[in-house]
Amino acid sequence: MSKKSQSSAPKDLTREQLIAMFRRMLLIRGFEARAKQYFEAREIAGFLHLSVGQEAVSVGACSALRKDDYITSTHRGHGDVIAKGCEPKFAFAELFGRTTGYCKGKGGSMHIADFSQGIIGATGIVSGALPTAPGIGLSIKMRKTDQVAVCFFGDGATAEGGFHEAMNLASLWQIPLIFVCANNLYGLTQPWEKTAYQCELPRRAATYNMASACVDGMDVVAVNQAVRDAVARARKGGGPTFIEAKTYRYWGHYVGDPGTYMPEEEQKEWRARDAIDSISRRLQEWGYTTPEEDQHIRADVDAELDAGIEFAKQSPLAEPESALTDVYSEFDVWGNPL
Amino acid sequence: MREITYKEALKEALREELKRDERVFLMGEDIADPFGGAYKVTLGLSPEFGTERVIQTPISELGTVGACIGAALTGMRPVFDMMYIDFVGMAMDQILNQAAKIRYMSGGQAQVPMVLRTQGGMGRSSAAHHAQSLEAFFLHIPGWLVAMPSTPYDAKGLLKTAIRLNDPVAFIEHKLLYNNKGPVPEEEYTIPFGVADVKREGDACTVVAISKTVEFALKAADTLAQEGIHIEVVDPRTLFPLDMETIIQSVKKTGKLLVAHEAVERGGFGAELVARVASEAFGYVDAPIQRLCAPNTPPPFARQMEDFEIVNDVKIADRVRKLVRGEL
Repeated sequence: MSKKSQSSAPKDLTREQLIAMFRRMLLIRGFEARAKQYFEAREIAGFLHLSVGQEAVSVGACSALRKDDYITSTHRGHGDVIAKGCEPKFAFAELFGRTTGYCKGKGGSMHIADFSQGIIGATGIVSGALPTAPGIGLSIKMRKTDQVAVCFFGDGATAEGGFHEAMNLASLWQIPLIFVCANNLYGLTQPWEKTAYQCELPRRAATYNMASACVDGMDVVAVNQAVRDAVARARKGGGPTFIEAKTYRYWGHYVGDPGTYMPEEEQKEWRARDAIDSISRRLQEWGYTTPEEDQHIRADVDAELDAGIEFAKQSPLAEPESALTDVYSEFDVWGNPL
Repeated sequence: MREITYKEALKEALREELKRDERVFLMGEDIADPFGGAYKVTLGLSPEFGTERVIQTPISELGTVGACIGAALTGMRPVFDMMYIDFVGMAMDQILNQAAKIRYMSGGQAQVPMVLRTQGGMGRSSAAHHAQSLEAFFLHIPGWLVAMPSTPYDAKGLLKTAIRLNDPVAFIEHKLLYNNKGPVPEEEYTIPFGVADVKREGDACTVVAISKTVEFALKAADTLAQEGIHIEVVDPRTLFPLDMETIIQSVKKTGKLLVAHEAVERGGFGAELVARVASEAFGYVDAPIQRLCAPNTPPPFARQMEDFEIVNDVKIADRVRKLVRGEL
């Protein structure tokens, strides 16, 4: 847990790296705030599952990765994909169903992917990417590269069979895969501690003989440190790691969920430990930013996001008939060779 | 031409593709030696290519099918061995929601070049968890291609193509075909998807059959020929893509259609085919279109009940006779 005014600057992260993390976290929060606004104005369709509150998990983890490393994400995936490198403007365009969106309007909020930078995609099925992820690790091992993969999921996924099969296979195959569980305490409306009799997640990793850590998911530096350790081990052939990051989902399961099952006192406590406030304050304590620089970064992020919205809204809508493409690589939907 | 078994033909396809492309690997339960797979198709391949490329897995279909998808998405070309098609339920989310949809959901960024080799069918008293014909599952999910070879020649040529295609392929074999022998050339060949094979020419009636049922249809053709009834047996070989052109051409010639398969009638491949012929070649059909499929039950255990359900040559011949005599 972060302690006020007591930490010293982390020695193994540069000022630039830390500011970049701060900026990414702002980008995610600002992205989601705008997505919510346009969703509520009915300019964005579908579902919107927001990760506001969890930015430190996405950014801490992805800041430990290279561009050619892989991630898989979840239905609550905006933060993860932006942290790995998705540009907000193309992500906004996807939410608006435009041709310039990452998935040309075929994926939407729950399926943003950018294979050019290892973003294998978010998935609308809770635990859906868990069984897929060991295959990415296996592929890395077979291709003999030093890439790694991070599989993001939430506490809800840990009750699925796919979680256990993935953990077992990753451990059995000793592959470069890092499981990052953003434990935000709720699976839709159900409090996490009411869904399992064993709630110490690292103990589950222990049953698979897998290295594990439990970190403060509101502290981007702590998350980054844990994932960097895991990445270093994985790149050297040291196998998989399980990391639980304890965090909080500020805005309910989806936009429209009043979140009345989340006690007010609990919400206050978590918001008081807000990850962005915390890194902003510490950057200034460490002498890395001035209040003016802090404001400048925030204004810069807002400008990028506003321009991103503009870009999305100006982009052409995907043609209705484009629904018929991209089902197969080699055939059209009628089965004619392409 | 030399004759080899369906099983040997499949093994040759796997061996040739493993040699040709180092991205190809096999994965499945008990596929390595000395067991070599439940039907021995992969016997001998693990000593030849190593257990890094012939990967024997725990009994973990969800995880291992998922792993094939993950590997396929990142540059490999896995061939998964699903011991029985009845086990697909264990891996259904990965089959239905991941393999079939990642390419589409990502706007065409991704490819999933994987083959899911499996087998189905009755005839060994395997009962309801080891004898289903579930091709319609795959057929109903946009994103999957579906191949069902009936001969050693088709098995080898189609499997080689399946491995080279960049889309997920459900490659469905039949447990009673593995020891069937047939001509297979020594030299390399492939068979394109979406090209039906007219396995017997005739003018009295078109019989579209798939997998093991093709064998029964050909046997029925022999019987009927002695009675002067010459049926045309069309094997689509791949259910999607489906070669409607060849089927419709045949129907135009014969004016009659019988679709025969081992899967249950309701919602089966036959239903799809009949609907398409009815809408695309209605004017050419001069008798009620027929389906001959298993009744809508799970596969029974006892041999006599299983025999009662299986669409065989006697049933096909009987239905064709009634059809050509105008009794239906």
